[in-house]
Amino acid sequence: MILAAALFCIGLFGVLSRKNAIAILLGIELMLNAVNINLVAFWRYLDPSRMAGQVFAIIVFATAAAEVAVGLALIISVYRRRSTILADEIDLMKW
Amino acid sequence: MNFWNDPINFIADWLRGLLTSRGMTTGLSTVILFFIGIVVLIIFAMMLDIFLVWVERKVVARFQDRLGPNRIGPFGLIQPFADIIKLVIKEDITPAGADKLVYNMAPVLAMASVILLWAILPLASKIYGVDLNVAVLYLVAAGALGTLSIIMAGWSSNNKYALLGAFRMVANMISYEVPMVVTLLIPTILANTMSVKGITDAQHSVWFVILSPLGMMIFLISAIAELGRAPFDLNEAESEIVAGFHIEYTGMKFGLFYAGELLHAFTFGGFVAMLYFGGYGVFGLEKFLPFLQAPLVSALIFLAKAMVGYWVIMWVKYSMPRIRIDHLLAFNWKFLTPLSLVVLCVTAIASKLLSGSPTWLVAMVMFLANVVIAWLTIEILRGVGRRQRKVEEHLTSPSSPLVRHGSE
Amino acid sequence: MTPDQIIFLISAVLILVSALMVVITHNLVHAALWLVAALFGVAVLFAILNASFLAVVQVVVYIGAIAVLFVFAVMLTRKELRDRGTQTRANWWIPALLGVLILAGLAYLILGQPDVSRTAPAIPAGVDTLRALGTALVSPDGYALPFEAASVLLLAALVGAVYVAVGRRS
Repeated sequence: MILAAALFCIGLFGVLSRKNAIAILLGIELMLNAVNINLVAFWRYLDPSRMAGQVFAIIVFATAAAEVAVGLALIISVYRRRSTILADEIDLMKW
Repeated sequence: MNFWNDPINFIADWLRGLLTSRGMTTGLSTVILFFIGIVVLIIFAMMLDIFLVWVERKVVARFQDRLGPNRIGPFGLIQPFADIIKLVIKEDITPAGADKLVYNMAPVLAMASVILLWAILPLASKIYGVDLNVAVLYLVAAGALGTLSIIMAGWSSNNKYALLGAFRMVANMISYEVPMVVTLLIPTILANTMSVKGITDAQHSVWFVILSPLGMMIFLISAIAELGRAPFDLNEAESEIVAGFHIEYTGMKFGLFYAGELLHAFTFGGFVAMLYFGGYGVFGLEKFLPFLQAPLVSALIFLAKAMVGYWVIMWVKYSMPRIRIDHLLAFNWKFLTPLSLVVLCVTAIASKLLSGSPTWLVAMVMFLANVVIAWLTIEILRGVGRRQRKVEEHLTSPSSPLVRHGSE
Repeated sequence: MTPDQIIFLISAVLILVSALMVVITHNLVHAALWLVAALFGVAVLFAILNASFLAVVQVVVYIGAIAVLFVFAVMLTRKELRDRGTQTRANWWIPALLGVLILAGLAYLILGQPDVSRTAPAIPAGVDTLRALGTALVSPDGYALPFEAASVLLLAALVGAVYVAVGRRS
């Protein structure tokens, strides 16, 4: 569990401190993996005969895959319009 | 258990006894035994790979009505060793702008993704690496690692043709994973288990190729596309992009890619043999001829079947022209994927409805269902082709307003 | 130390080192490849925890599809082949401090639990986890509803990604 917490914090650091939008998505992937590790560890250590842990982990997989697909599509289309994907320079909605 | 019935365990016990008698604990000796087993398996796979290079060159020569290597050794058998020596003494060039770590790791990863598959390939009922209960998915996972190594190779070569070749090849491989997974599910459903040993044992009465010939053909086609061999070999289109993602690789690194591709082809031949053609068993005959159950004999049977599968893959490679990338992807998404899904649904429903019936009834019904699906597909394709021909005729007929004659 | 613990330590070190390299390295393609290493370590961890289906699905879905998507996206969104400038923001020490504080807080909470380090109970013999997982996913009194919801989510993501990426052609 400490491993999962450490992984989560590294992912958080990555999300908050990188400029490139794709690098932010990489940090989000690390956080989702940390969550999965926790889920599977809980499933194994507490009650391996109920399937709730593994099913939840599979749903998290599916959600992560969906989110990465849509996120990357958005990033590519932003790149086509604005020729940049640095998070600082995408500021049309700022005041 | 003596040597003939159970060779692997026999040797393992003897070695373990040897090691513990020198004062080693059983835990450590087990770990060492595992390592020895892994090394022996890899050595076997690589020796087979060398033999496959010779087979490939002889077979392609015969298909092209010539003799093939026959100078070195009897029938050219020492030719692969000459090839290896040549590759090893070549100069090892790394391009100037290449990403050194990624560039050097890519061929290693490509070869590793193929050797990983040998862990689950059952050579006999007692000779196999490990009996995973998710072995069918493991097959797809090893293919995914191969995809990654291709991108690494294409990107790190710092060469736009390599990158283009890598992109096309990865699009090819990812697209054809879908019908491959779907047709891998067909033996899983028919055998009720994902473990390869279970699938092979479930074919002791009837081979799955009779229960689902369409599944076998779709699996073969998508396996050939996954391997990147002709007719899906845009990557190595010598006349177009000169060897694609492995342009910049010389010497033994190229040798790893090339030998890895041949071993991959043979491994997939083995998988087709195991999933659809009964693996290491000859149906029913084991009861009559007990010597067929001995592991070494069934390993030979399995290797023979895998070699036949490999020969079919080579046959397709040297007989068909290359397919264009858009035709290739359209073929996959518009034809193979819906067809394989339909075959899967029909197989699942039929297998559930007929679960208690005698084997011959199940075999006949499923075979007929496959024939019906094939016939329907051909009818649909004919209808589509007929409509397209009518549209083209309309567009190019002399009375059409779109065609102007010379002087008006 | 049991071999399980040794493998766990090795894979834990692999995961943490790879994750650190993902968020620190300058070259984005290297970052994506370090992510692959981290995901592979997570797959090894799942295999040790007897979740064999999840381990293989992790390799197939995460490494085989998501990591490949990341590498493609990195290659397609750059004007030249090299990264220029710094990749981390100027005030990177704030998130680093935040990360360390949160880690310390979580570790304190975790270690304060009563039975934090115990060995796993043995899987009851005769329970085939794979078969139980399959049954749970499709049985109506199991988890069929989340399963179907996840497939609708994937369909929505598929349609959305295609629409966003292809743009308006008509």
